Amino acid sequence: MVSRGRAWLVRALSILVLLLLWEGAGRLAASPLAPPASAVLATLAREVASGALPHHVGITLARVAASFLLAMVAGTALGLAMGWWRTVDLWLDSALLLLLNLPALVLIVLLYVWFGLTEAAAIAAVALNKLPTTAVTVREGVRALDRDLLEMGHAFRFGRAATLRHVVLPQLQPYLFAATRSGLALIWKIVLVVELLGRSDGVGFQIQVYFQLFDVAHILAYSLAFILIIQIIEWAVFQPLERWATRWKAS
Amino acid sequence: MTRLTVDIREKRLAGRAVLGPVSFGLDAGEVVALVGPSGCGKSTLLRLVAGLDREVAGTVRWSGGASRLGVVFQQPRLLPWRTVRQNLDLAGAEGGEATRLLERLGLADKADIWASQLSLGMARRLALARALAVDAQALLLDEPFASLDEGNQRLARAVLAEHLVRRPVPTLLVTHDLAEAVALAHRVLVLSPGPARLLFDQAVPPGVRTDPALAAATVAALRDLAR
Repeated sequence: MVSRGRAWLVRALSILVLLLLWEGAGRLAASPLAPPASAVLATLAREVASGALPHHVGITLARVAASFLLAMVAGTALGLAMGWWRTVDLWLDSALLLLLNLPALVLIVLLYVWFGLTEAAAIAAVALNKLPTTAVTVREGVRALDRDLLEMGHAFRFGRAATLRHVVLPQLQPYLFAATRSGLALIWKIVLVVELLGRSDGVGFQIQVYFQLFDVAHILAYSLAFILIIQIIEWAVFQPLERWATRWKAS
Repeated sequence: MTRLTVDIREKRLAGRAVLGPVSFGLDAGEVVALVGPSGCGKSTLLRLVAGLDREVAGTVRWSGGASRLGVVFQQPRLLPWRTVRQNLDLAGAEGGEATRLLERLGLADKADIWASQLSLGMARRLALARALAVDAQALLLDEPFASLDEGNQRLARAVLAEHLVRRPVPTLLVTHDLAEAVALAHRVLVLSPGPARLLFDQAVPPGVRTDPALAAATVAALRDLAR
């Protein structure tokens, strides 16, 4: 076993080594198309100071949040219904399979064509990309529910709302967290594509602009900022939330 | 007054008969013990009576209202992610009665811990407390004292006996222990090995609870009959 403090040290060192390798490689290449870490970090600092990066990152985050919430709520409801009622499952399974295998890009292009380059189309396109995986994950969770506990709830007349809240959702918690984690990683990548194709702000739009200018330092600066923010959300929100949800397991 | 009439011709599970002809009644305030070898279909019968399974050739009828049942399952079936107290509250336990039963069953200091942290013995006692605390119109108890150590078994039996004196409701007690059946029930129904048929339905003579010799003789007589 590696102690907690030591684990952190190793982690910090690995990041440092990565940065040093990047720096060295960048300096050796000596090309604006492969900037060293220091140049990217300097660009990042300038973009933060000018307010451009906070503006675009904020807009992208808002889109991530909206489509993530939409996909999680609708996907969970769908997964619950499909896991619970076999008829619903039979009716919707093919549609889900279709959506699951439809490339993200096709969905985005279609929604933009049908509904115009609008905010609603952008968010719907992202949400629809994530929704089927959430539904499938939650459906697995519903199928694995403990029948004995459901029967107990029935015997003691829990009612629908209490059964959902106290019997079903606690059992779905690991599935919901799995969907949440993979969802966030998937969604922010798709949001960038949506922004690149049809929005005039956000990180995806900025990347397109700097792509046309062949400005790799800016592209990397924006990516780095977003990776950091997603990691902070994981540490500051998801991990404490998961600890709270599983606190009854601690001995 | 709540009464139960059971008239089952047959119950099949996955194409296989698990219960044969079983007919009996349960009067208001009456305690009936269901005794039979393990795997004979006692728990299946209890599930039918509890209304958790309705697919059966025959009838299971409650009259006089049985909207609230106190059930003890073979496993404790607690919600591990809720506290001991929440497990009682969610099942519809009366607050005062819940507190009293927790105290009586030696769980008073456990009220606020997660149910996941209880030992099996404690979980079983909590399951009994839950069934008794809900002010049920009938009790269905599936081996409620199994896997309790001797002291706690005595305690739990005493708590059930007290409860039935204070709130006499029709009670079906599944057990494989004839002594337990004689000690608690008014009548003993003995089932055959599965698919269970009703072998006989024997009243327990009044007075067994105060006369150990009579209790022992009754157990012996029932054992002979069941053979």
